[in-house]
Amino acid sequence: MQIVALVLAVGTGMLILVGYFVPAFAPVQSVLLRWAIILSGAAAVLGVFNLVLVHANKISAREKGSGYSGVLIIGLFATFVFGLAIGPSHPGMRLLISAVVIPVESTLMALLAVTLLYASVRLLRRRGNAMTWVFIGTTVLMLVASATLPFGEIGALTNFLHPWLQHVLAMGGARGILIGMALGTLTTGLRVLVGADRPYGVK
Amino acid sequence: MDMLGLGLVVLCGALLLVLPWFKRKGAPRLRPIPALTRLYRAVGLSVEDGTRLLVGLGGESLLAKSGAAALAGLGVLREVTKRTSVGDSPPMAVAGESALALLAQDTLQAGYQSVGAVEYFQPMTGRLAGMTPFSSAAGTMPLMADENVSAAVLAGHFGLESALLADAAERGRVLLVGSTDDPPAQAALYAAAGEVLIGEELFAAPAYLGAGPAHAASLTIQDFLRWMIIIALVSGTALKLFGII
Repeated sequence: MQIVALVLAVGTGMLILVGYFVPAFAPVQSVLLRWAIILSGAAAVLGVFNLVLVHANKISAREKGSGYSGVLIIGLFATFVFGLAIGPSHPGMRLLISAVVIPVESTLMALLAVTLLYASVRLLRRRGNAMTWVFIGTTVLMLVASATLPFGEIGALTNFLHPWLQHVLAMGGARGILIGMALGTLTTGLRVLVGADRPYGVK
Repeated sequence: MDMLGLGLVVLCGALLLVLPWFKRKGAPRLRPIPALTRLYRAVGLSVEDGTRLLVGLGGESLLAKSGAAALAGLGVLREVTKRTSVGDSPPMAVAGESALALLAQDTLQAGYQSVGAVEYFQPMTGRLAGMTPFSSAAGTMPLMADENVSAAVLAGHFGLESALLADAAERGRVLLVGSTDDPPAQAALYAAAGEVLIGEELFAAPAYLGAGPAHAASLTIQDFLRWMIIIALVSGTALKLFGII
């Protein structure tokens, strides 16, 4: 069974990869990718089932915070039933998203600004080395250069230092990081493709 | 047909099949990465003091462009599971995408299987935390405080919400090693996390945790390709400078 999984995974991966380079294989690649999307949809249902099970276990074991798990399960089933009854494009369903999900996520995003400010202060205590000062100094400089100041722009900062930092140093560094990650992505994908790395659970 | 791309992929694939044979004898020589050294120690300590390790895999689908980061995260999870499966508290994996959560369960089980301890595998230790980045972060944050976690690894695609996870780890006195393939999130993690992996260090993490010769070989290939790119960039700049191209 494990050999079958390995052969299927490697074979499918090879066909999809060849489809990028040999146009004759492009239709096969397209079919396989469509199958993958369908499987991904089925996995979404299983994932929700897993979420419900985890929180149901929390409630039955009366673990700390099980009240929140109850709210989650009730919310999930209510949204599911509501969605089935009126359809996902109904204004009521859209209101659920725009009045509950988006505000909650926006709140977390706002919290993030405070968290990052606090983290920057903590960073000095935790890693008070030269790189930390460079990091914080650059952040402050970029913020000042981007902000609308009450006394107008600081010429050298806005016209020279800010663009130079952004387009030379930051862009160069980001490109270096992206090239490194592209190489990592390539070798990670190839490891799976040659069967040296098997994320599908084969020993 | 893009012959250069195809040639590069075939060359790397061939090297990946051949190089592990030369790397089988002895431990690979790897440059020290402080974050991974601390993680390696934390894995051992968690077994000794009976605490749990939490691995966050991010919320990106394997079909998306950041799928490789999730694969690297699964590699980390597998190594962590192998080394902590005999501990009192089994490792836990959380994902922000359903297929990834299922793969996390599968990887946890494979980790237990590989050390002959499959009877200790608990399916609920691989779970879906939420379906969006922020809901996933909100689902993961309480685990840091409630599940006896001593160290957490973020290995996968995380956005800026990773800073919230780092803050939760700090408050729960949990060592957090953060890594993501998203450059702005790397900057946020640099400020917020106890330890951070920058750039391709995320993809090197399984090799540092002892994932075997194939992972060490892929690091050699990455180094080889990196030097090729450096030579190409420097040569191109020099040729342009002297007006040859």
